[in-house]
Amino acid sequence: MAEVRVTVDGVNYADEVEPRTLLVQYLRERLGKTGTVVGCDTSNCGACTVHLNGQSVKSCSVLAVQADGGEVLTIEGLARDGELHPVQKAFNECHGLQCGYCTPGMIMAAVDLLGDNPDPDEHEVREGIEGNLCRCTGYQNIVRSVQRAAQLMKPGASAPTEQPAPVAGD
Amino acid sequence: MIPAKFDYVKPSSVEDAVRALADGGDDAKILAGGQSLLPVLRLRLAAPSVVIDLGGIPELRRIREDGDRIAIGAMAPHHDVLRDELVTQHVELLSKATATVADPQVRHRGTLGGALAHADPAGDLGAVALALDAEFVIAGASGTRTVSAAEFFQDYFTTAIGEGEILTEVRFPKYTGWRTHYEKFNRTAQAWSMVAVAVALKVDGGSIAEARVGLTNMGTTPIRASGVEAALVGQQATADAAQAAAEHATEGTAAPSDADAAADYREHLARVLTGRAVLAAAG
Repeated sequence: MAEVRVTVDGVNYADEVEPRTLLVQYLRERLGKTGTVVGCDTSNCGACTVHLNGQSVKSCSVLAVQADGGEVLTIEGLARDGELHPVQKAFNECHGLQCGYCTPGMIMAAVDLLGDNPDPDEHEVREGIEGNLCRCTGYQNIVRSVQRAAQLMKPGASAPTEQPAPVAGD
Repeated sequence: MIPAKFDYVKPSSVEDAVRALADGGDDAKILAGGQSLLPVLRLRLAAPSVVIDLGGIPELRRIREDGDRIAIGAMAPHHDVLRDELVTQHVELLSKATATVADPQVRHRGTLGGALAHADPAGDLGAVALALDAEFVIAGASGTRTVSAAEFFQDYFTTAIGEGEILTEVRFPKYTGWRTHYEKFNRTAQAWSMVAVAVALKVDGGSIAEARVGLTNMGTTPIRASGVEAALVGQQATADAAQAAAEHATEGTAAPSDADAAADYREHLARVLTGRAVLAAAG
């Protein structure tokens, strides 16, 4: 057994694990973070994507012990105070999912992409989510969702429901 | 699937890692970024008794200027190589090839040294290391030794790294101001190269003064396209010259036939992609 100390979605954990335990297994089976899913056995699909120390990784291709001392963010930790992350909102708004299985990984990859490139064009979005496979939508709405999220995340972008402030003298 | 059971060691120095490797016996396996090893362990294509994780040795992630060379720690992730200004400025071809490796998640974890030590002939970085005459620093019980890229790649998944040895650094001569291109052909996103061509040209007044060309997946190791290089030197960088030189691309190759492509198709690709790569680099 080996010890792993990690912060997951803002909570500290210390656990004994078998060294062969994959990070995704640890998240799902030990911590109950089943929002992160396993979609393949070949490291191709990206459904299990989480952030490790601020970078997107496929949690099926990282041992839990390799995450020791690190910080993990999963899809379950994205919303703040009941408010969805702008990328989650955009996937909802633009119908960026059909069956939803690829969505947790797709969103985590998109959040990482937008951190590096806040205003990606369509080609850059497609390259940025290259590690994530969707077998329903053909990617059209996923790409739209990521570009919509980029708009929502622009500094000064206001939520759609907000009204313009009244101008003095009106 | 999950891997078979193994013991796990995370040394904090190269010396400790070499010792752990000696203690681990025949079945010990080095873990770098894990982006090839973990899938292999999961599918139980390998079942080492001990996994030695190099992730606890920060010095192996360093990228530094070493006189007229850029020395890259074997554990530098692809993502770090891509972001490094020394690499971009002096070893641009490596940046360009690294940008095509797998996908962003894999580039965050996968390492330069791990990819080169794995020595998959379809891997993109071997052709670059070979074309650019990189040096490989290998540590073992009796100290370190340096081997050239030409000696490093020996066969399918086989390198000059001996039992009990660890790749610690890869040193690239500076190619400041050279024009470069990596032309990769694959069928789908994140797929391995069916064939790819790495080109670096020193262009002087419109004519090619020096050329370095490496081929990916045209044999059991990366291959240096010496015939193409010789045909390019002294030529103006024109479409005709690129095409004439590209006719030499299959010299000395032994392209595999597999589910992706037959050997003769790969030979065709090598010629076409070489022509494209030379023009793109010169352009």
